[in-house]
Amino acid sequence: MKPTDIAFPDYFHKVVDCQWACPAHTPVPEYIRLIAAGRFDDAYMINWTSNVFPGVLGRTCDRPCEPACRRGRVEERNLEKAEPVAICRLKRVAADSKGDISKRLPAAMSQKNGKRIACVGAGPASLTVARDLAPLGYEVTVFDQDPRAGGMIRSQIPRFRLPEQVIDEEVGYVIDRGVAFRGGVRVNSMKKLLEEGYDAIFVGTGAPRGRDLDVPGRKEAGKNIHIGIDWLSSVSFGHVSKIGKRVIVLGGGNTAMDCCRTSRRLGGTDVKVIVRSGFDEMKASPWEKEDAMHEGIPILNYLVPKEFVHDSGKLSGVIFEKVEAVYDAQGRRSLVPTGEPDEHFECDDVLIAVGQENAFSWIERDCGIEFNEREMPVVDETTFQSSLPGVLFGGDSAFGPKNIIWAVAHGHGAAISIDRLCNGEDTRNRPGPMVNLISQKMGIHEWTYDNDVSNELRHRVPLREQKIALKDINVEVELGFDQELAFDEAQRCLNCDVQTVFSSPLCIECDACVDICPMDCISFTEDGEEQEVREKLSAPAQNLSQDLYVAGALKTGRVMVKDEDVCLHCGLCAERCPTGAWDMRKFLLNMTQAGPGCRSRK
Amino acid sequence: MTYISKPRLRHPNLRTNRFGFTHRDYEGAVSTLCAGCGHDSISSAIIQACFELNLPPHRIAKLSGIGCSSKTPTYFLGNSHGFNSVHGRMPSVLTGANLANRDLIYLGISGDGDSASIGLGQFAHSLRRGVNMVYLVENNGVYGLTKGQFSATADRGSKSKKGATNRDAAVDMVMLAMELGATYVARGFAGDKAQLVPLIKGAIVHRGAAFIDCISPCIAFNNHPGSTKGFDYVREHNEAVNRLDVMLPREAITVDYQPGEVEEVTQHDGSVLALRKLADEYDVHDRIAAMHHLQKSKAAGEIVTGVLHVDPEPDDLHANLNTLPTPLNKLTEKELCPGLAALEKFNAAYR
Repeated sequence: MKPTDIAFPDYFHKVVDCQWACPAHTPVPEYIRLIAAGRFDDAYMINWTSNVFPGVLGRTCDRPCEPACRRGRVEERNLEKAEPVAICRLKRVAADSKGDISKRLPAAMSQKNGKRIACVGAGPASLTVARDLAPLGYEVTVFDQDPRAGGMIRSQIPRFRLPEQVIDEEVGYVIDRGVAFRGGVRVNSMKKLLEEGYDAIFVGTGAPRGRDLDVPGRKEAGKNIHIGIDWLSSVSFGHVSKIGKRVIVLGGGNTAMDCCRTSRRLGGTDVKVIVRSGFDEMKASPWEKEDAMHEGIPILNYLVPKEFVHDSGKLSGVIFEKVEAVYDAQGRRSLVPTGEPDEHFECDDVLIAVGQENAFSWIERDCGIEFNEREMPVVDETTFQSSLPGVLFGGDSAFGPKNIIWAVAHGHGAAISIDRLCNGEDTRNRPGPMVNLISQKMGIHEWTYDNDVSNELRHRVPLREQKIALKDINVEVELGFDQELAFDEAQRCLNCDVQTVFSSPLCIECDACVDICPMDCISFTEDGEEQEVREKLSAPAQNLSQDLYVAGALKTGRVMVKDEDVCLHCGLCAERCPTGAWDMRKFLLNMTQAGPGCRSRK
Repeated sequence: MTYISKPRLRHPNLRTNRFGFTHRDYEGAVSTLCAGCGHDSISSAIIQACFELNLPPHRIAKLSGIGCSSKTPTYFLGNSHGFNSVHGRMPSVLTGANLANRDLIYLGISGDGDSASIGLGQFAHSLRRGVNMVYLVENNGVYGLTKGQFSATADRGSKSKKGATNRDAAVDMVMLAMELGATYVARGFAGDKAQLVPLIKGAIVHRGAAFIDCISPCIAFNNHPGSTKGFDYVREHNEAVNRLDVMLPREAITVDYQPGEVEEVTQHDGSVLALRKLADEYDVHDRIAAMHHLQKSKAAGEIVTGVLHVDPEPDDLHANLNTLPTPLNKLTEKELCPGLAALEKFNAAYR
């Protein structure tokens, strides 16, 4: 096998599974250690720099980091239940427990650089662009049809999951960087906006249109049939405060979960979610489904809505056809009617949450922005530029509905493009990340980090008593970890960013590391093809998504192979190494953001 | 300067043996020896051997004397019986234990100081009596606990860490064991577990006095140029006469050899020692020829490793003494006090 090139930043970055999985590549273990140390301000600032909305994301993030977390793999067959570190909820602790950090935020520039940027939509993507560019001296104007900034964060996420003051605080941190916000202004024409002579325009309008269901009775009973995201936004802005007792929510995504839980708080006593697919294939995150069921909301599956039943315009129920999943030879699924009699469910209101679409009617098709056959703008996945180089797209409006953390990642990327564009540089020439690899050795058997491994299971986030929680839509359900629980949970983190670094010339092949490694990660063996090497390690390396760390040039002609898969980063290999051939080094990777650092050196 | 204890978590896909144990279940407390000590590697080899032989940990007794080597039983087989005895006196304590209960598997762990100096006499007598045991000497050629003076096994002419040359002749434990009638004699190296684990397994299944001399580099005091017990020196001068595979009774023989290449030695319990010859003229059954070969290689500066001698039909102390097969702790008052008539008869035999 080829010896591993650890100077290549991606190698150790991949070992930090959470950071690698995060679209914004937030240095997760770094801030978790700071939380354990009680340094909440510092933990918050790492997050703020990387993902702009720590308090919001700490409550609502889709958390791609958690399924990736090494702890989940390590606990398999070791503890009663294998679960990742509660990364998302720890992030919230940093936001909840911090002091006043306003002095640590970059000041708004009094001297502007003369470049004007327009952001359409005030959601997470646009606000990220504004946050990255305004402190550099750009004159950033953010437009939104709603009177207040925040976009879907404010309009679609119910208050019992995300209190208003958290949104106000973190949106405020962006706007206060000297960003001009023009609320209640709907941009109706791209052509007109282009005429205003902005140096760049960023479109972050999200996916604002809820998909409808064209089923008999939809028109006639329309008074009691609502589009999920529109209804949620009406609730958020106080236009709707009631719903019927019996509610059916159609759809299986996270919006459906928000709809049903909101209904429970606005008078719905008999609320159910009904989905076409199977329960397991639902798009909603597992924890959001759990939260809904915990509030007494059943989820019924394999039922396709056939007809809205009404009594001269007054909705009385929905008829469903029963289906089952059938897979063809290619493994493609189709839903086939079972032939059983249709089912009828009575209800007073229906909420349709079967998907979201983009709406670009305000962009004239002859203004120079190319659209594809699906009526989506053609956007470069690296630069976020459209066919008009000065018009960029990000968030849901670029590549369809995703989530907040992806929108933030797009915003950072677009801000880099805009910065380079305004400095006359090629946007395709992107800056690499800042990477640092430093030994954590403090003395004999002493490291800068707590290398002892906690055996505790994942801690549950305490909830407010259900009786109180269901009464008021503005009462937050989750209480968040207190500092003690946060410490215990933070200790479950394996510090995957503290890397095991091996030096062949120092190794005397005494086997001390092999013998002490609690996870049988390290082997000294004859070289061979990767597949063959993977099989003959102390414990076969069957997880192909995890790399092998290979180092050659040993005296016996063998190679050192370390399977990164379930390494605990406990540092025992380095403690037991008599020659210092193993060292624990902290790998810190920060993404380069817009500003002088992202520009070419002159 | 304290270690964290080795985390309880283990690899999710570890192999298990007949009892459902993984090799982790055969571990002991975390070692307090110097980092990189050869002895730790030997401990790990013992763990692996016991795991692979499906040994129930509570049927093993580990005994030791005093020294770095004699500390190691704490670091393996945490669920087995242990006895940390007096300096050089492990063999007599082991012999006593064995006489009292022949059903246990006895691991005697010793070092070159413990067995070649203060305990040389005990070492000799336990072997010549044919006690059914594994006698393993973790041989590093220095007194590590007292800062690296030459021990009795240090080769003449080898250099200490400070540069002093050893003028005394070395005690060759393997030659002594052969001379004294050990029925299984092997030499291993802490830096080669692929060889060492089968040697230990072979010694455990052998029903007689099995002796293993295991060269174990002392990282702190005996792993420098001029040393003859360091990693580099042993790797350069290692002359393995064979490779061993141990097959348990009723276990399908899975190792694939060319015909004639392998000699199979069936042990008393039905287990098979499959010996792949590496040195053509070497015969493990011919004790005198083997000793001759060892002497010649030693003169040439080679370190001979592998199974050096094995007698598949060993004598054992219990057979020689005609003792009861039942362990003493299983005997009841009825057997222990057979009554006046039996005593009269016994006394009469001496009149």
